[in-house]
Amino acid sequence: MNPVPAAAAAPLLEVRNLRVEFPTRRGTLTALDDVSFSIRAGEVLGVVGESGAGKSMTGAAIIGLLEPPGRIARGEILLDGQRIDNLPREKMRRIRGKQIGAIFQDPLTTLNPLYTVGRQLQETILTHLPMTPAQARARAIHWLEEVGIPGAAQRIDSYPHEFSGGMRQRVVIALALCAEPRLVVADEPTTALDVSIQAQIIALLKRLTRDHGTAVMLVTHDMGVIAETADRVAVMYAGRVAEIGPVREVVKAPNHPYSAGLMASIPPLDRKVEHLAQIDGAMPRLTAIPRGCAYNPRCPHVFDRCRVERPDLLDAGTTRAACWLHDPASEKRAAHV
Amino acid sequence: MANALSRALDSDLWYSFSRSPVTVVSAVVALVCIMGAVLAPWIAPHNPFDLASLNLMDAFNPPAWTEEGNASFLLGTDDQGRDVLSAIMYGARVSLIVGLSAVVFSTVVGVGLGLLAGYLGGTVDAVLMRVADIQLTFPSILVALLIDGIVRAALPPEAHEAIALYVVVFAIGVSNWPQFARTVRGSTLVERNKEYVLAARVIGLSKLRIMLTHVLPNVLGPVLVIATLNLGFAILAEATLSFLGVGVPPTQPSLGTLIRIGNDFLFSGEWWITLFPGIALVALVLSVNLLGDWLRDALNPRLR
Amino acid sequence: MPAFILSRLLQAIPVLLVVALISFAMFAYVGDPVAIMLGQDFTEAQRQALVASLGLDQPFFVQFFKFVVNAAQGEFGLSYRLSRPVAELIAERAPATLELAFVAAAIAMLVGVPMGVYTGLYRNSWLSRFFLTFSLIGVSLPTFLIGILLILVFSVLLGWLPSYGRGEVVQLGWWSTGLLTADGWRALILPAITLGLFQLTLIMRLVRAEMLEVLRTDYIKFARARGLPDRSVHFGHALKNTLVPVITIAGLQLGSIIAFAIVTETVFQWPGMGLLFIQSVGSADIPVMAAYLMLTALIFVVINLVVDILYYIVDPRLRAGRGGH
Repeated sequence: MNPVPAAAAAPLLEVRNLRVEFPTRRGTLTALDDVSFSIRAGEVLGVVGESGAGKSMTGAAIIGLLEPPGRIARGEILLDGQRIDNLPREKMRRIRGKQIGAIFQDPLTTLNPLYTVGRQLQETILTHLPMTPAQARARAIHWLEEVGIPGAAQRIDSYPHEFSGGMRQRVVIALALCAEPRLVVADEPTTALDVSIQAQIIALLKRLTRDHGTAVMLVTHDMGVIAETADRVAVMYAGRVAEIGPVREVVKAPNHPYSAGLMASIPPLDRKVEHLAQIDGAMPRLTAIPRGCAYNPRCPHVFDRCRVERPDLLDAGTTRAACWLHDPASEKRAAHV
Repeated sequence: MANALSRALDSDLWYSFSRSPVTVVSAVVALVCIMGAVLAPWIAPHNPFDLASLNLMDAFNPPAWTEEGNASFLLGTDDQGRDVLSAIMYGARVSLIVGLSAVVFSTVVGVGLGLLAGYLGGTVDAVLMRVADIQLTFPSILVALLIDGIVRAALPPEAHEAIALYVVVFAIGVSNWPQFARTVRGSTLVERNKEYVLAARVIGLSKLRIMLTHVLPNVLGPVLVIATLNLGFAILAEATLSFLGVGVPPTQPSLGTLIRIGNDFLFSGEWWITLFPGIALVALVLSVNLLGDWLRDALNPRLR
Repeated sequence: MPAFILSRLLQAIPVLLVVALISFAMFAYVGDPVAIMLGQDFTEAQRQALVASLGLDQPFFVQFFKFVVNAAQGEFGLSYRLSRPVAELIAERAPATLELAFVAAAIAMLVGVPMGVYTGLYRNSWLSRFFLTFSLIGVSLPTFLIGILLILVFSVLLGWLPSYGRGEVVQLGWWSTGLLTADGWRALILPAITLGLFQLTLIMRLVRAEMLEVLRTDYIKFARARGLPDRSVHFGHALKNTLVPVITIAGLQLGSIIAFAIVTETVFQWPGMGLLFIQSVGSADIPVMAAYLMLTALIFVVINLVVDILYYIVDPRLRAGRGGH
């Protein structure tokens, strides 16, 4: 095993060989296969990939809210070294909100339209912390201030529809953080927002989690957000982790051909380009994942072994990549991709 | 032909059908009821309307399996000596004819008006939908009763007797058109703005032609579902009207009429005269409703 | 809020006017009220006098206006069949129907809503499947057949409960009630179950469908993601959102209980307005039909108004939308 670059403290969250399956009438679909990664306390892990790559599902599996009939078929999820993937319903419920918070994509649909934001904050706080209703209300106001709602003491009794989209996402963030969880799973927190507001929300999330020492699993398809926010990044493709490593390395010198393609498709800010690179073809559907490496039909460096054997995450110097190019035993090796 | 069949067997519809035992059983029950009704003149053991063959000596025979039963009257006989089984088969015929006609009537009217409202919009739409709204405020059985009552008051009894069957069809049909109209209008509004309809308009097809050849086929799915669910309702509505004594004329008894007649003998112990027509009615309506439910789920899985 | 109620009231007026127009048209053009009221022997002078006294020689709109004014005062003339004032007949019969409808509606709501919630939450349990099958049978069984079966079992075979009439009633002013005597309640049980059963299954299926819909929403997932206990997610968040559409449709269904009372009252010979109406339809007694129609329209309009107000109370978005934002 290769050593973790930073201090080798026990990770806050560890996902080991996670496999999620969906039984359907035409057979079982494997939505996630052999997904492994870890997040340390206070760390921000970005998770990127195309839609359908399994990013959001990984988040859902961690908070124990996979949509039925989806189920964890193999692997483990550990929080502080304790397994949480096989906990009884009630024990897992106590972890959600208290230990692991969640932020969803669309703030317009995430809040219950029939209750005031104050009531929703208060019930979350009272569920997890030993407080009187008055204390919980004070804390709710405090958190609305924290997320930058002007006039929080008055707005606390407003209904969600009385806030704009950006303000509602601030409320959602307050809801996710108000019991001070140690990990937040943020699933595309800015995708549904106006471009002008996205940066504010990301900055807010970054500031709050840094101040409270909260670790973040930031799911997004926006590489810009990742580059700016994350410490490390996991690139997902067709239900697997293709590459994982420090964000700087993955962006600057990717070791998996898919990551390389992904990075080449980001428009650089500092110079003009005639054409942006694009990856030919499309990600396979879950029903038709090719044999061997799932990326092999689109890969510019494909060779025989890729079409037969599926690569696990291999040490690739600065990062770890699921690619045979990094296996010393492979006959053909490229100096770099 | 063989190709079409194999394609039908491979379809999702057939798959969900064959996977649902309840649906298959309902289809069989519905088929038995319908065949029994359609073929009644040929397969019924007796002709309950042939006065010559009726014998008052045969009256109040209990079902064949009871002690005093008579083997030639499987489900017993009524107060006139009519064979209950045969009466049920002929009665189901009337029930089905009225039910189907009423559904066809409300489908044609509802789909037509719904297309018009959705495609033309504006005042036509506003007026039609307002009328539909007002009518929907009232339970359809009340609307049907009212129409029947008005016709009854407007015509002398003999004239009413002659057209009673049509009045019932009309009353039940009218009471149900808004449901079709609303659904079709909704789908039409969606279809109207799709590109293929715009294209048809650009090449100068007439409005009528666009509605019939382009919009109509796309709204048929939901219409089929509503029609199936409505058939069960229409049969029930007819039975209810006939039970109340304001439905089909007594000379053409439907299942509802049979139940009403039998109801008079409930206290004297002749339960079979009312119970068997009741069971037949429930079997018919339940199986049709189950088929309708299945059809709705199969055509629109999201609704599950 | 007052503006909202006012707009709803204004919307109700055309509905009532349309119904009044239909009622009036029945009066004026269906059959010949003069011939019916005069009977066999009459002179031309008598006929003329009656036409004038009924105002039938006046223009259409004058007649219609008079009709509406009279109707607003509960004045519908004499029943052709019973030769008694229609208003009196209806006042006599109304308590029986209203008590029956009220108890049936209570049964439907108090049993239907919990069953719907249960089947929505535990959709795969065997009890849910049983409830669902039961509800399908309930929807497919015509009301009159349910009544007949209940009579067969509880009156004919077991002899526990009476099969017709209201039992012993107590007179409270002009209102006769069966709710104050044990005999009255015994007579009420079978008709109320008969009338309520269909609505019960309908409400159950409706609540279940809405519950399933709401449980799929993001805010329910988010409530779970916040670690709220099931009890609070199900009954605080999900049920309250389910109530918005349920109130609307259940409200309308309660209206149809009044209409279906016609059938139940026929089966149980329950001396209410429905029985009066069906006897009027059978004998073309137009004044009673017209009055019944107007009265049901009024009841429906009131129910709709109550539904709208409840809606307004439950859904804050509506309050903000109307409140001048």
